[in-house]
Amino acid sequence: MSGDTARDAVGDYQYGFHDPENATIRFDKGLSEQVVRDISELKNEPEWMTEIRIKAYRRFIEMPMPTWGNCDMLNQIDFDAVTYFLRSSKGTENDWDDVPDDIKNTFERLGIPEAEQKWLGGVTAQYESEAVYHSIREDLEEQGVLFLDMDSGLREYPEIVKKYFATVVPASDNKFSALNTAVWSGGSFIYVPKGVHVAMPVQAYFRINAKNMGQFERTLIIADEGSSINYVEGCTAPTYSTESLHSAVVELIAMDGAKIRYSTVQNWSANVYNLVTKRGVAYADATIEWVDGNIGSKLTMKYPSVLLKGEGSHAEVISVAYAGKGQHQDAGAKVHHLAPNTTSNILSKSISKNGGRSSYRGMLQVTPKAHGCRSKVVCDALMLDSESQSDTYPTMEVGNSSADLEHEASVSKVSNDQLFYLMSRGHSEAEAMGMIVNGFFEPFTRELPMEYAVELNRLLELEMEGAIG
Amino acid sequence: MGDEVLSIDGLHVSVDGTEIIKGLSLTINIGEIHAIMGRNGAGKSTLANVVMGHPAYEITAGTIAFKGVDLDEMEVFERARAGMFLSFQYPASIPGVQVGTFLRKSVSSVRGNSAPSARDFRKELMGHMDSLNMDKSFLSRYVNDGFSGGEKKRLEILQMLLLNPSLALLDETDSGLDIDALRVVADGINSIAPEAGCLLITHYQRLLEHVKPDFVHVMIDGRIVRTGSAELAGELEAKGYDWLEA
Ligand SMILES: Nc1ncnc2c1ncn2[C@@H]1O[C@H](COP(=O)(O)OP(=O)(O)OP(=O)(O)O)[C@@H](O)[C@H]1O
Ligand SMILES: [Mg+2]
Repeated sequence: MSGDTARDAVGDYQYGFHDPENATIRFDKGLSEQVVRDISELKNEPEWMTEIRIKAYRRFIEMPMPTWGNCDMLNQIDFDAVTYFLRSSKGTENDWDDVPDDIKNTFERLGIPEAEQKWLGGVTAQYESEAVYHSIREDLEEQGVLFLDMDSGLREYPEIVKKYFATVVPASDNKFSALNTAVWSGGSFIYVPKGVHVAMPVQAYFRINAKNMGQFERTLIIADEGSSINYVEGCTAPTYSTESLHSAVVELIAMDGAKIRYSTVQNWSANVYNLVTKRGVAYADATIEWVDGNIGSKLTMKYPSVLLKGEGSHAEVISVAYAGKGQHQDAGAKVHHLAPNTTSNILSKSISKNGGRSSYRGMLQVTPKAHGCRSKVVCDALMLDSESQSDTYPTMEVGNSSADLEHEASVSKVSNDQLFYLMSRGHSEAEAMGMIVNGFFEPFTRELPMEYAVELNRLLELEMEGAIG
Repeated sequence: MGDEVLSIDGLHVSVDGTEIIKGLSLTINIGEIHAIMGRNGAGKSTLANVVMGHPAYEITAGTIAFKGVDLDEMEVFERARAGMFLSFQYPASIPGVQVGTFLRKSVSSVRGNSAPSARDFRKELMGHMDSLNMDKSFLSRYVNDGFSGGEKKRLEILQMLLLNPSLALLDETDSGLDIDALRVVADGINSIAPEAGCLLITHYQRLLEHVKPDFVHVMIDGRIVRTGSAELAGELEAKGYDWLEA
């Protein structure tokens, strides 16, 4: 790929800088049972975790590629070209000053330590395979809130991890969850004790720096009875002309009356495969909310899902996707109403531009014993030109006739009258587009913490510049 | 003769191959208020849109100049920044974009370096909203989204006051306004009029009781067929348009 084509493919990607790779440990490319064992050994893991990894590796080898999403793109992934583990620092620091300078610079350019001081309850920053920095506010710690990177979580609270790990997303769920379970590294581990409300959001920041890197973080969040937590994650990678693979698994467990909100703004550069399995289980009267934004990546396949297992539980999935040139955002939501009087709201908004493609893939299930369920699904697509593509694949399995279900879908174009109106107020075409696009995503953006909302708006405005006219 | 703000000369305009404006000339000077009246479909909005640069319309002959500069090469937003303003007959709604944000951005685009500081802007905005009897809650609503007819027109006038144009094209801004609103809109127009050229498109004499036009033009089938003083408006209201037809 020539420099120009590379730039074309990623647009004006503002996180495209990269640092020299200073790996302290780097595995050879490619995957084998030995690589899986080596990762586990390197991390000094208990035997049972090594077992889980090995089994998962075997499942990964056996399992076929998913047949949905974008099979052409999926089949381009060269698993042998991926580096499965890369350690860039000696360990996870709790003091920002102890983080290696080059890594510190990266996160400082991304605004991480400032954000922590201003509005976060805790922060973890993952660079390549492992967390390099971690902190939590003292008051949360005193209340018994556990917030660690996943590796430390396993080391320090093996009994909790053993009890819940892979119970929501089993390794065998799909090829990529099997892969993640085999080679996982990093991610967050959170436990919120009964009745504790974590008011300030806790944030994780994921950064891939190395070429051909695979990042396989694993996140497990447990909110005990009547507790609540608001977790935010952001992702970026530098711009290389070679591809990287990000394949995470996130498991949420909301006990009776608990509430978990999980917000993501994914802005990987346009050569990252982003294949993520996110699922939560909600017990009686619990709420799980996924707030999921996909702006970057080459191919994203991600369908945050909720198992409504307890009576009266509630799921909320608000997602947006932006597909520019060469990008396919295959995103959506899955909600399984497994208990009576459960409710769900799904709002999905997508924008396609410059030949990009965005797909909504949804699953709504109501089991026979789940009486009195309500669900509303709204999918809106906005097309910015005629070469772009948008499609919807909604699936409904309704086994109980008392269910009250609504489904609305719309595809719209930016109208000339809207553009003319805004331009007559002094806004260039790109600025007018930026306003319309930000307005379209507003129902999503207003759910984000302020800093993320501002950043997302700015990003979309930048996206609208250039390729117009 | 004062300074020319708008000069239209021998204008012909088509949309999708159909000619709508069929030879129209008009000159507006600073400080002048012109009214255009005419039947539905006569081409009044087309004229206003074409002057502002709507891309759907094709100018097949003639010229339009703003302050002596030919508008042919000027983009819509450049016209706005140069001091032209159109109050729409049917303002578009922009879901998700809050009025407050939109106004602030518009003011900084149009007024550029001389845009007020955040604090002065706020002061200015509050002053105008008070005079237009607009509640502060408008600022957090989405632009024209779910607005009543009269609310949309007030928002148009609010924008006009903030952007302070030297040419204001007001397309049926009086339609759908209640009596109080008509008065505040008229006050708004009168406040910018001495420093600007105004073109009022209207069906009713009642606005012209509050805003005294220097000229009234009658438009029929894409042409100006009669130009008179303010009294012509009253005559039209009484007699209709038939008597003017060739
Ligand atoms: N974009 C367009 N496409 C097709 N026809 C158009 C378009 N714009 C205007 N026309 C036609 O041109 C003619 C003049 O329309 P215009 O809106 O200028 O009338 P008007 O004088 O403003 O009428 P009214 O008093 O009802 O507002 C009408 O027949 C209208 O249907
Ligand atoms: Mg009209």
